[in-house]
Amino acid sequence: MRVPLNWIREYCDPPLDTAAIEERLTMTGTKVEAILHHGVPSAENFVVGRVLVAEKHPDADKLKACKVDVGDAAPADIVCGAPNVAAGQTVAVALPGAVMPGGMKIKAAKLRGLPSNGMILSEQELEVGAGSEGIMVLDGLTVDAELAPGTPLAEVLAISSDVFQLEVTPNRPDCLGVYGVARELHAATGAPIAPEPWGEDPGTDGPVAGAEVHVECTDLCRRFTARAFADVEIAPSPPWLKARLMASGQRPINNVVDITNYVMLLTGQPMHAFDLDRVAGARLTVRRAHKDEQITTLDGQVRTLDEEMVLIEDADGPTSIAGVMGGERSEVEPSTKRVLMEVANWNGPNIHRTSWSLGLRSEASARFEKDLAPEQCSHAQAVATRLMIELCKARLMPGTIDIADPTVSSPPIHLRERRVQAILGMPVPLERQAAILGALGFGVAHAADGLEVSVPPERRNDVSREADLIEEVARIHGLEALPATLPARRGAYGRLSPRQQARRRAVDALVGRGLFEVFGWTFTAPTLFERLRLPDDDPRRDAPALENPLSEDHALLRTTLLGSLLDAASRNVAHGIADLRLFELGTIFSLAASRPTGEAALSDTGVHEHQALGVLLSGRVTPVTWGSPSPPRADLFAVKGVLEALADALHIPLECQTGSQPFLHPARAATVTSAGRDVGWLGELHPLIARDWGLDGAAVMEITLDQLLVEVPMRTYRDVISFPALRQDLAVVLPAGVPAGDVLTVVRSSASALLDDVRVFDVYTGAQIGEGKRSLALALSFRSPERTLTDEDVAPVRQRIVAALSELGGELRG
Amino acid sequence: MIERIEQLRAQAQQEIAAAVTSDAVEQLRVRYLGRKAELPQMLRGVAALEPQQRGEVGRAANEARRALEQLIGQRAAELDAQALEQRLLADTADVTLPGTPPQPVGRMHVINATMRELEDIFLGLGFTVLEGQEVETVHYNFDALNHGPTHPARAHTDSFYVREPAGHATKQTIDVKAGHDSMRLGAPTDLVLRTHTSPMQVRAMQAHPPPLYVVIPGRVYRPDSDATHTPQFHQVEGLAVDEDITLADLKGTLLAFAKTVFGDERDVRLRPHFFPFTEPSVEVDVSCFHCSGKGFQADGSRCPLCKGEGWLEVLGAGEVDPNVYSYVPTTERNAPGYDPEKVQGYAWGMGVERIAMLKHGIPDLRLYFENDLRFLEQFG
Repeated sequence: MRVPLNWIREYCDPPLDTAAIEERLTMTGTKVEAILHHGVPSAENFVVGRVLVAEKHPDADKLKACKVDVGDAAPADIVCGAPNVAAGQTVAVALPGAVMPGGMKIKAAKLRGLPSNGMILSEQELEVGAGSEGIMVLDGLTVDAELAPGTPLAEVLAISSDVFQLEVTPNRPDCLGVYGVARELHAATGAPIAPEPWGEDPGTDGPVAGAEVHVECTDLCRRFTARAFADVEIAPSPPWLKARLMASGQRPINNVVDITNYVMLLTGQPMHAFDLDRVAGARLTVRRAHKDEQITTLDGQVRTLDEEMVLIEDADGPTSIAGVMGGERSEVEPSTKRVLMEVANWNGPNIHRTSWSLGLRSEASARFEKDLAPEQCSHAQAVATRLMIELCKARLMPGTIDIADPTVSSPPIHLRERRVQAILGMPVPLERQAAILGALGFGVAHAADGLEVSVPPERRNDVSREADLIEEVARIHGLEALPATLPARRGAYGRLSPRQQARRRAVDALVGRGLFEVFGWTFTAPTLFERLRLPDDDPRRDAPALENPLSEDHALLRTTLLGSLLDAASRNVAHGIADLRLFELGTIFSLAASRPTGEAALSDTGVHEHQALGVLLSGRVTPVTWGSPSPPRADLFAVKGVLEALADALHIPLECQTGSQPFLHPARAATVTSAGRDVGWLGELHPLIARDWGLDGAAVMEITLDQLLVEVPMRTYRDVISFPALRQDLAVVLPAGVPAGDVLTVVRSSASALLDDVRVFDVYTGAQIGEGKRSLALALSFRSPERTLTDEDVAPVRQRIVAALSELGGELRG
Repeated sequence: MIERIEQLRAQAQQEIAAAVTSDAVEQLRVRYLGRKAELPQMLRGVAALEPQQRGEVGRAANEARRALEQLIGQRAAELDAQALEQRLLADTADVTLPGTPPQPVGRMHVINATMRELEDIFLGLGFTVLEGQEVETVHYNFDALNHGPTHPARAHTDSFYVREPAGHATKQTIDVKAGHDSMRLGAPTDLVLRTHTSPMQVRAMQAHPPPLYVVIPGRVYRPDSDATHTPQFHQVEGLAVDEDITLADLKGTLLAFAKTVFGDERDVRLRPHFFPFTEPSVEVDVSCFHCSGKGFQADGSRCPLCKGEGWLEVLGAGEVDPNVYSYVPTTERNAPGYDPEKVQGYAWGMGVERIAMLKHGIPDLRLYFENDLRFLEQFG
């Protein structure tokens, strides 16, 4: 909210400069987000002048040569281009040396041969009004026309003001009005506060002749008040009022509309002026809208409403959307004679919903949506009535329409003196507590061990408990004085769970292997499943959906990390970075009760969440150097190498078996298992999928970590140092279709405990061994914790291995 | 004979010294020490000599043979070394060419790296790390955090709602009062993507008795998208509940955080603010590390980081609102439970992106999720 500082100072004027006031407000909870400046940079050299002579310039048709009394011994010569300048006017003058709002400096000059020692100003030039029809005439309507020439202009008009841009928290709608901010400043500085501007109300109670209001939905409209005014003279507002509105960021329109805006800015309570003669039937009805009912708002737009929105109608139909925006039909216009001033209280959340769903936010809705107190209606009526009489020469008609729920009363709150220190960790003396609450407008009485505090209506929503009062005391007393201590931390010892440790180890292993971690979007597009060629019954199509996505591309929660990895890769390739080693560790979601890849995390939402790890390799797996200008490109074995590194880092077995995925190369894909359980997949991306994302091939993998991380074992020592291992090689020729994994499994299961390790170190196919055959060279390592093994020791084991291999169709080679 | 031996020895010595290749040395070895060479033959012929000659000739021949063997060995080694040296010299490297790098390391994502840094700070202070679920119930995300039934944050413009899975029992936790039922439209289902990590406050208290010291890192969601908002972002929640945890303790804890993340000279200040689930609520500022809290730079210009304020807003916090404890049922797991007259504590929620942004000067939040390698490789 924009608040001119000089307006605040009218109610509370501490002997502090702008920066000090900003600091006090910010540190007591009303954050000053920015200090703006409105009007001229400095009031110096701006004075009141009186036009003594205004004659046509001899050499220019549109200019006038004026002599203006600016309080000096001799009148100033000023050449003026405004059509309305005339002798006898009291005007605003910028003398040489004055600096205009845009930074232009006024200098003595010659215009078409005549000297001009200053400038007669328009409202717009001073930023005190929007009118540009010539110069501003300070006549009796605006300020005292008998002002002595030479009087500093700033004494008559707010031509230079600091303006605070305030961040008002949603619990403090009372600070959406200048007086509320002034009260905060009063509490924060101790400077006196002027009486409430609504203290004197010229109005009376009772029915209003010739106007009627009916409220059908008292649940959404808790109070509706209206007053009628006759003999209204619609005119521009006086400069002081225009200047205030301008500095607050509002455009002056006419005195009646300006009064409604001024009252809202001052009290925080929005209000609306109807042209009573254009209220059909002189009767207003407040009701819920019908479904798809339409209304044209003040901004000329046709709005379609629903049954949860409230409108105000007269005999001819809807005139405004309650609490949000008025309609065109009964708007105040220059010919208006009779005005109905409406001040109502609307249900905050309902207004919030209406304004958001219509995309229509106004100063009024921004206040109403925070739930104002019904009592505030009276504040606004009182101030507005006074101004209507004063500025519009209006005649107040007797009575006030007042449709109200019974006033809510809130019981006093007990504040224990000790409790303040117990919560804050610093002492605040009881008298200080009482003084703070009093300054904030609370009623304070002493009680046995503290205070009895009653809450003013406009704070009722925010303050209802002892804790709320402690906050009030704390923020005004000042949190700067808080010491910095640490809690006792009884029984607290910081640690990561084994699962968290394992996850860190996984990340570190991958980073150490040269992979880059990416953070993709949780959101995914329904079209992803088509692009990945997932069949209709694939459980990954069963993705949780958002009710209100930002876009169709973000409509679902992802069921695989592959989409975001491909997107990341695609983006990089498009930017010329083709060698990619990416991984992502993130949550994937599923609706299926159980997924094949792991056990669902416990959930009370019906949506299962899994920690998944995805890897994408594309392009060259190691950097190009002058020594190795063409390193290998990412393939199945590159991504399997990553899997093995991960398995190694976590000390968990991860195996690959021939498998398939709709988005993978049909012959270069694997299912990843751990202890026989399916935990994911890896392989080379199907070329058509790669092409879809603009990639020149990629090797990818995804595994679900949930269960794996829990299973990371505790390691115990194994003696592999006292006695050396015995190493032997074995080359076996097998039918080409026998997977190496099966061979290793057979070797392991047929060998005794003496076999420590077996791995494939060479693969050969060729004429030497014949068509349809493949030779695998195995490195066997035998070990005993008790002695050094000899060839004789392992000979029987080796025989068993050979026998078992022959059952797979294997023969020892050469 | 003796003369002949001496002659052979001298001749061989001369020739060995003059040999310049390994081959030449080998030829000399064959010529003087080979099977058919004169000297070995003399040795073999010693037996045929007169007995008085045998000793003298044999000795001399043996001596000569050993000497020649040694000389030849020496000379061969010399020549080998020379040849090696020449081969090495021929294998000249241009030391100014770039080195061959080992497999370069990758990077953690800057958000993950920052989260880990934050976790480690609070681990050191005695906090345990918990994680929560990303799809939350309206109950834990709003109700149990003291958001009134019509709090604007519940609106579908401020929170993502998740369509309820078929068969999932909806429990309507929204208090639908007459006149407030409009919020049903704002809250069409009972499930949200968590809008903050705070739902874990009540979940953690349900699972553990006091005293409780936990931090909760995680991904959260709100429907905003521009340079300063992304629809997903990350927070680290903190919660400490014990008999006597004060706002001053919050300040001390966050001071430790600020000094670790932004430097030892940093200070923190607490500014009153508003959150539904803390009371009193504060926003926490850290003194600007770019200008040392002065608000201006060495040349007198306004500090571009804190915009002249001297302080950087980093997080929201406060004392846990008593109403929040009332949402924690007492069970066997967390007995004796959380009675607001007996326990009190603080909570905070810090934005990881914001902290990384400040710390590393990252200008636009969207960079975090574009995953451009040129961005990723700068951090982590």
